[in-house]
Amino acid sequence: MALSRLSSRSTTLLQPLATAAFPTSLRRRHISTDTTPITVETSLPFTTHLVEPPSRAVETSSEELLSFFRDMALMRRMEIAADSLYKAKLIRGFCHLYDGQEAVAIGMEAAITRRDAIITSYRDHCTFLGRGGGLFEAFSELMGRTTGCSKGKGGSMHFYKKDASFYGGHGIVGAQAPLGCGLAFAQKYSKEEAVTFTLYGDGAANQGQLFEALNIAALWDLPAVLVCENNHYGMGTAEWRSAKSPAYFKRGDYVPGLKVDGMDALAVKQACKFAKEYALKNGPIILEMDTYRYHGHSMSDPGSTYRTRDEISGVRQVRDPIDRVRKLIISHDIATEKELKDMEKEVRKDVDAAVAQAKESPIPKPSELFTNIYVKGFGSESFGADRKELRKCRHTKIISSLSTEQTQA
Amino acid sequence: MASLLGRFCRKLVVPGSAHGSRMVSTTSCDSEAVKSLNLYSAINQALHIALETDPRSYVFGEDVGFGGVFRCTTGLAERFGKNRVFNTPLCEQGIVGFGIGLAAMGNRAVVEIQFADYIYPAFDQIVNEAAKFRYRSGNQFNCGGLTIRAPYGAVGHGGHYHSQSPEAFFCHVPGIKVVIPRSPREAKGLLLSSIRDPNPVVFFEPKWLYRQAVEEVPEHDYMIPLSQAEVIREGSDITLVGWGAQLTVMEQACLDAEKEGISCELIDLKTLLPWDKETVEASVKKTGRLLISHEAPITGGFGAEISATILERCFLKLEAPVSRVCGLDTPFPLVFEPFYMPTKNKILNAIKSTVNY
Repeated sequence: MALSRLSSRSTTLLQPLATAAFPTSLRRRHISTDTTPITVETSLPFTTHLVEPPSRAVETSSEELLSFFRDMALMRRMEIAADSLYKAKLIRGFCHLYDGQEAVAIGMEAAITRRDAIITSYRDHCTFLGRGGGLFEAFSELMGRTTGCSKGKGGSMHFYKKDASFYGGHGIVGAQAPLGCGLAFAQKYSKEEAVTFTLYGDGAANQGQLFEALNIAALWDLPAVLVCENNHYGMGTAEWRSAKSPAYFKRGDYVPGLKVDGMDALAVKQACKFAKEYALKNGPIILEMDTYRYHGHSMSDPGSTYRTRDEISGVRQVRDPIDRVRKLIISHDIATEKELKDMEKEVRKDVDAAVAQAKESPIPKPSELFTNIYVKGFGSESFGADRKELRKCRHTKIISSLSTEQTQA
Repeated sequence: MASLLGRFCRKLVVPGSAHGSRMVSTTSCDSEAVKSLNLYSAINQALHIALETDPRSYVFGEDVGFGGVFRCTTGLAERFGKNRVFNTPLCEQGIVGFGIGLAAMGNRAVVEIQFADYIYPAFDQIVNEAAKFRYRSGNQFNCGGLTIRAPYGAVGHGGHYHSQSPEAFFCHVPGIKVVIPRSPREAKGLLLSSIRDPNPVVFFEPKWLYRQAVEEVPEHDYMIPLSQAEVIREGSDITLVGWGAQLTVMEQACLDAEKEGISCELIDLKTLLPWDKETVEASVKKTGRLLISHEAPITGGFGAEISATILERCFLKLEAPVSRVCGLDTPFPLVFEPFYMPTKNKILNAIKSTVNY
């Protein structure tokens, strides 16, 4: 944590803490470490369903606002770097970028602990970072290297971080909803006083399994917060064309819901704090985050065939989450514009360094193709140059090592 | 359903030639106009024709309205209207169930599942509803007008959920048909046959070939019969059986084998369920050896069914065990795809060891 220093809310640039050659996590490097509470009002009121809204006045501090700014700038830069890497064919497969939606990840983290679980869809890079994941691990995983968070075997859609209760990264739309409710059940059973945030999109909101999960969570009063990240487009389909009722926060029927301006990190923080308290006492609650993604659905989607460029630039100008925090910081005299720009430059350097190091990392050995299909020694293992021989393992025997000879393609 | 049968009989059905020696389709089309098309354009043409010839046919699925993620449905919504070509919400189980209902009322429902990897939520509907409808209602009802199209197979960088080949799961279900084309010309004819076949059909399209495969495709309305395999390359030493994009790889192996003096016969199965046992049997009785290749993992893959059947029918004629060169028994990997895939060299090795058994 940052050293506590008494400082006035002046514009003097305080020395940032010294860090390693390239900070690999969202370590707090603050210009101001002032934790005096500042109260900010959310940009929009909360819309509710079957519940009283939390207050619009959100308590924050200089330190928090600066950390919001830096962390969101880091996420934004990471996604843009991923875009370039994908176009350079260093990232292959599919790559779903989160830029525009950073406030949801950041606001949520500010309201919860690392014992609360998060599970989300394939648009998971920033969520991973928010959970304490490192830039180097993220870029390594994107490029399929052994130093990646999933050892290079998962790729963009499958980031996980067990020690931060981040259950990933799911490719199949909506499949994480029942999983999240299962996590919540385990937390309740173990009396952990923790909740699970299950994130899904407006596209997934029409999947049957979501309603199955909702019913179970409500029936058994599970501490599950279901968060619909409504960026208004399920890939290429606008919400009004796929949903009879795009009021996703009301879809829970008997489950209360809250609609939140997902571009306002403070509103997100307030809503998540409220939701956690609610879920621990009463059971599931739905949060609908009204957010927006600047990129298309994935790198294969230009993002402009189903919406206008004016719409995208309009949202960027009026609702960008980073700009909102920037304006707050400047108007509260927490830092100057130049200081913020310097912070962004630093972030850019960090990202570039992480990318450079990740590029040097090794690709997994071919024998890794066969690991972790079953638990080692309890499943079956492949043999022979063509790997067609399968031998069932018995746990008392140690199967001889796999031949490392590979047939060249 | 009489109208469906009527249309089936009226259209020109062009039998496949048994002496084709090229990968491309051997459907004859001499006097008719042809156009050089890739796979997605050929499928697009087939859909245009299907909607044109039957006013009670519909195309729907996720994002099909603007043309679809692979451009297979381009121009359909503009031409036939949003009441016949429309987007659905993201719910495969709901989409297929909806299609079954529509088909039960005598319509032709052409459902698109965006990637075969996403077909599993609809698996219950396909297996328990679509496949058994006619059977359990004593032929009062059926959903023969249902055709489910899904892009399948490796694409070079698809990873776990954009590369799967799930055909084996569906080949285990009496009551539906499973069809897989190998090229643009084949795809158009087979898709039209599948749409007009009075049984529910699952049609897997090799996504790797959507842009890669280009062929002269006749512009008129033609169909290629289902459940009829085609010998696309004649040979005498070993029979190779495959389908879809894998045939390209197998043909490369055949060419290499020929340089070493091994004469390979290559068969495109086209329809996996019900499959043309007679053609394969006749070929294996001639050559005495069989090799099957598919991208799906080897254990429980459709190659096992072919192997078992041929063993029953040709046991005394076999000179060597049936060889299967398939995907490995792992989830479809991301960075390891080149090791996972049944490549040309793996097939060539297997051809040689089978011939030299």
